[in-house]
Amino acid sequence: MARKNMIAMILAGGQGSRLSPMTKVMAKPAVSFGGKYKIIDFALSNCSNSGIDTVGILTQFKPQALNSHIGIGTPWDLDRVHGGVAMLPPYMSEQGGDWYKGTANAVYQNLTFCDQYDPEYLLILSGDHIYKMDYREMLSQHIAANAAATIAVINVPIEEASRFGIMNTDSDGKIVEFEEKPKHPKSTLASMGIYIFTYRTLREYLIRDAENPDSDNDFGKNIIPAMLANGETLVAYEFKGYWKDVGTIQSFWEANMDLLSVDNEVRLFDTSWKLFTQVKVRPSQYIGTDAVISDSIITEGCYVDGEVRHSILFPGCRVEKGARIVDSIIMEDTVIEGNVIVNKAIVLEGSHIKASNVIGDGNEIAVIEAHTVLEPNFSGKI
Amino acid sequence: MSKDYMAIFNLAEDESDIKALTAKRSIASVPIGSRFRVIDFMLSNVVNAGVTNVGIFTDTNSRSLVDHIGDGKPWDLNRKNDGLFLFNHRLLDIANFDTKILQNNMEYLFRSQSDSVILTSSYMVCNIDLKKVIKSHESSGADVTVVYTETNNADREFLNCYTVEVDEEHHAVTGIGKNIGYIPHASICMEIFILKKNMLISLIQENARNRKFNDFYALLLSKLKVLNFNAYKFEGYVSCINSKSGYFKANMDMLNQDVSRELFQSERPIYTKIKDEPPTIYVNGCSVSNSLVADGTIIRGTVRNSIIGRFAVVEEGAVVENSIILQNVRVCSGAHLSGAIIDKNVVISENAQFRGDEYFPTIVEKRNIYLP
Repeated sequence: MARKNMIAMILAGGQGSRLSPMTKVMAKPAVSFGGKYKIIDFALSNCSNSGIDTVGILTQFKPQALNSHIGIGTPWDLDRVHGGVAMLPPYMSEQGGDWYKGTANAVYQNLTFCDQYDPEYLLILSGDHIYKMDYREMLSQHIAANAAATIAVINVPIEEASRFGIMNTDSDGKIVEFEEKPKHPKSTLASMGIYIFTYRTLREYLIRDAENPDSDNDFGKNIIPAMLANGETLVAYEFKGYWKDVGTIQSFWEANMDLLSVDNEVRLFDTSWKLFTQVKVRPSQYIGTDAVISDSIITEGCYVDGEVRHSILFPGCRVEKGARIVDSIIMEDTVIEGNVIVNKAIVLEGSHIKASNVIGDGNEIAVIEAHTVLEPNFSGKI
Repeated sequence: MSKDYMAIFNLAEDESDIKALTAKRSIASVPIGSRFRVIDFMLSNVVNAGVTNVGIFTDTNSRSLVDHIGDGKPWDLNRKNDGLFLFNHRLLDIANFDTKILQNNMEYLFRSQSDSVILTSSYMVCNIDLKKVIKSHESSGADVTVVYTETNNADREFLNCYTVEVDEEHHAVTGIGKNIGYIPHASICMEIFILKKNMLISLIQENARNRKFNDFYALLLSKLKVLNFNAYKFEGYVSCINSKSGYFKANMDMLNQDVSRELFQSERPIYTKIKDEPPTIYVNGCSVSNSLVADGTIIRGTVRNSIIGRFAVVEEGAVVENSIILQNVRVCSGAHLSGAIIDKNVVISENAQFRGDEYFPTIVEKRNIYLP
């Protein structure tokens, strides 16, 4: 088989427990986002738009929703003769089998997959970040610097820096030190969890790391520090656009709300870098005579005859006359009947909120679990 | 069951009354209902009946149709066995030569394994359960089944369509004619026929010898006395896209929730090409009512009783009412549209006004994107 210049491996095995109940039945990358997408669509579309045609997806936790979403990768143009998308869950072999013990171990267990393409470079991505990025630019920098690894970083406010893995660089952008969640950060360049490795070099480090029983088998904790200690050239690639790790309900809600302007930083409406996703066929959205809509995102199959302000409606939602939705995210096929007020809430898919209910108080984000049916005037605890 | 049936689309459709929209495309690929194309309805209908072998006979003005249909994937027709077959034909006036087109592609008919054919046009927009039609055809034992609809608006709609006289009691066709718009009540032939493939072949071969008919439906209906015709009455919603006013009405009908529910019901979905548009954003200050809006649009202005296509932009201060705007149209600030059809890629400049009505909608033709 012909060699590939760069292939991508997407880490999509995380549980995302802080996003519960959204992750009750699915891995975090499969959680819906932004009106018609799943979180992993960002990484996959970035690959597709960056000309990467071979992507391995490392799954572990509740992969069913992810499997059915990705299928053979057609929406991302990843149903390819040579390459394409591959779902890579942990597996058994003659010597037994193991769960993926860490991010590095997940890739280590799939070295055979990578080897068959014999790539020059390996791109490691997270399946749960919201951003649009051209990986080709990062690769050019990696090649120009003749680096063993390039780590994408983003400038964060100093007061937030201790939540991230922080890269301390010299004046040439070379990484001299890596600190995981430092108490007293020396720089504000946070790792985005996006790495380009020269594959041959990484391969050796992964094998050595797997032999070390004390290792956590993690890129940030083990592989990067080992490379630094050995004097390899590690370079930071500073990304200037929008990037968000939607790890918590609060950040998930904020990242969705960030989309609610035409020139939003995510560039959702920039069709030169389209986001692709699996689409179920539905008619266009119908807006009724009594609808009042402002600063909102609405999509296919919706029926809106109520008031929707600063909110996001996913496909197939029905907002009846007299309903009022503010600062909220309403997921697929949810029905909101008349005289219902939804104020700063996330209503998960397939729910039916019957007449005269009030959800959310406008302060704390209320979350309604998937397929909830709320009877009229329900006043108990949700 | 439906493995025994193949579908043939005869796109030799009369465009004389809808030319402004078909200069660069066939009726089959005219955008409708803000995100569909005309052919999506009948194509989904045959697919929803389990048909997996579909032949589309069209002419050379088919760039837009071929672009839309592609390999048939949205309709699940990218099959290894059977699937989609597209026949382009080089004829100047296709409307009168469909028997010739079928004749020239006889090999397709011979090679197909199905022994019955659903023969249809694209321009009757409806969601019809063809399984029921097949069942009626089979239990009747007739040679040919004809689907028809009864209307009380034949003086305004379905003009130039074939009419059938039906003996309702025996579900038999007793006569044929053309709707010249003289009387309101008529039974309109929906140009959906079921017959044996061998019969279709022998009719075409016979006609090739005596060259009596150019129009295949006329040929078929001329056999009224010789063959056994079963009439199937379709009771659902149907609109006919063979005129500007018919096109306008069909779009506006989709604002009616009963029509919309019937057309887009989930058991038999209408499939169309996916374009990966982002969701639609409604900006503060916009006002939208009784409208159908496709994804990928940006709305800042006022939209009433209208159909908005994918990637359209309605700027602040613009008013779009009783109008249809297709894909990629931008309506600039201060412009006012009423009773207008704006075809793809057009930019309506600031403060421009276009007015028409349901019978004579004003049409702004498609702009070639390579022109300024």
